[in-house]
Amino acid sequence: MSIDETTAARVAKLARIKVEDAALPALVTDFNRILGFIEQLNEVDIDGVEPMTSVTPQRLKRRDDVVTDGNQQDKILSNAPDAREGFFAVPKVME
Amino acid sequence: MLDLTYDLPKIKTIAGAKHDWELVIGMEVHAQISSSAKLFSGASTKFGAEPNSNVAFVDAAMPGMLPVINEYCIEQAVRTGLGLKAQINLKSAFDRKNYFYPDLPQGYQISQLYEPIVGEGEVLVELGDGTARLVRIERIHMEQDAGKSIHDMDPTMSFVDLNRTGVALMEIVSRPDIRGPEEAAAYLAKMRQILRYLGTCDGNMQNGNLRADVNVSICLPGQFEKYMETQDFAHLGTRCEIKNMNSMRFIQQAIDVEARRQIAILESGGTVDQETRLYDPDKGETRSMRSKEEAHDYRYFPDPDLLPLEIEQGWVDDIAASLPELPDAKKSRFINDFGLSDYDASVLTADVESAGYFEAVAQGRDGKLAANWVINELFGRLKKEGHDITDSPVSPQQLGGIIELITKGDISGKIAKDLFEIVYSEGGDPADIVEARGMKQVTDTGAIEAAVDKVIADNPAQVEKARANPKLAGWFVGQVMKATGGKANPKAVNELVSKKLAG
Repeated sequence: MSIDETTAARVAKLARIKVEDAALPALVTDFNRILGFIEQLNEVDIDGVEPMTSVTPQRLKRRDDVVTDGNQQDKILSNAPDAREGFFAVPKVME
Repeated sequence: MLDLTYDLPKIKTIAGAKHDWELVIGMEVHAQISSSAKLFSGASTKFGAEPNSNVAFVDAAMPGMLPVINEYCIEQAVRTGLGLKAQINLKSAFDRKNYFYPDLPQGYQISQLYEPIVGEGEVLVELGDGTARLVRIERIHMEQDAGKSIHDMDPTMSFVDLNRTGVALMEIVSRPDIRGPEEAAAYLAKMRQILRYLGTCDGNMQNGNLRADVNVSICLPGQFEKYMETQDFAHLGTRCEIKNMNSMRFIQQAIDVEARRQIAILESGGTVDQETRLYDPDKGETRSMRSKEEAHDYRYFPDPDLLPLEIEQGWVDDIAASLPELPDAKKSRFINDFGLSDYDASVLTADVESAGYFEAVAQGRDGKLAANWVINELFGRLKKEGHDITDSPVSPQQLGGIIELITKGDISGKIAKDLFEIVYSEGGDPADIVEARGMKQVTDTGAIEAAVDKVIADNPAQVEKARANPKLAGWFVGQVMKATGGKANPKAVNELVSKKLAG
């Protein structure tokens, strides 16, 4: 599998990362190197091997169903470039 | 347990210009889990709060924040799975569904694509005409809800409220076993009923706590059967997904117009594109959500912030042991134990509260009579005044008391209605009211006889006519009832009037 410039541009767009056309060839080379490495990993036979999800055996931590957070509208909005009447205000997005 | 049997509903067909077409519908129901806190944060889920006040830093996706799962939400998903007779997966995992939208600050939704917590189940959907369809459930997974964007507060800006961001949802995915608009609405109604019985979702559609994406495709007769045989989707048409429906009525309309749109395309030689569409109830049409198409490449991958979710069989067994009696079982029991009709049993088991009320009235009394009174008198009256069964002014004990008085023959059906009215508006013990206000039915033959004699003596002309035409005897019965204030036992009056007129 290899990636061309169109695919690289699409991936960048989906990730909302601005990439100038001039930067695409280098990006394609990087992507293809990464994919090449993954293809190499794919050669290892992992039949019947459970994916390792943690280096130490542990159980997913749970919380109780209790309200312990929130009521901090000012803090939530403090980094917003624009906030009005308690809302984040963003350029119009409409279906 | 369930011994109700139903015929299969007739498949709805829509006549095109060239063929008859059948509908094939699958639904994804999004049910908000009835938890106090969110799926991965300690912020409240309360509806209608000040904008952005129920938001933790996790929900706002502040850098470095990590999700910690709410155990109660896991329990509710398992409970729902058990209620739908579904397989519970002791190991499930969370994935990221990546897309950008202002009301999703993380840039991804945490969901369970590859390993959902609940696998295959089923739900029996009754259509109310003695038919029902068994709809297969494919899976249930947990996921985060997104925030809310408001577009009409400013001409150039959209306003975003993250209160809903991160609230726990269950997505309940059906197989495409639903075959018409009415079936789709009935499916959602049944799902809502089961969720409310289980207590895992409040089913409030107006607030968006229960909503559905509806997948619609059309096919020629015979194709669906081929699909069922092989489970190969190639036998079915291309589907379109109508997003975010939260009204039973609009769901039916949307399915109908979408099916007709697809028929028109196919019959004119075109092809249906698989896409997401939005139903516009004002225009009565569905339209493509083109902006969603671009973002449709979700690039799912396992969420590295969350370990796989492992639960123990013992815990699942404990939840199973705590399940309430579910609608199908309750309905079946009402039919068998109280001799109710399928219809009455359906009405009474529509929600847990009504069923509980009825049972309290019917216990140790005449079940059918109790059903009549609860459905016709009580529900009718409550509806008229906009009351709910939970705030009924008449308690089950009071209504039960009225029914006992009828059964004992102390009051007639007509007086019982007056009595119900008094109990409804003034309260009090029915037996005491009957005693205090002299409403008891007169069964004393001597007293009734005297009244009959008096009416006959006072109306010689009518007597002549009635002797010639026995049908006119009813007039005398009416006069006697009037004279006794409706308290005479109608059966006794009838007998006496016939006897006296004959003699």
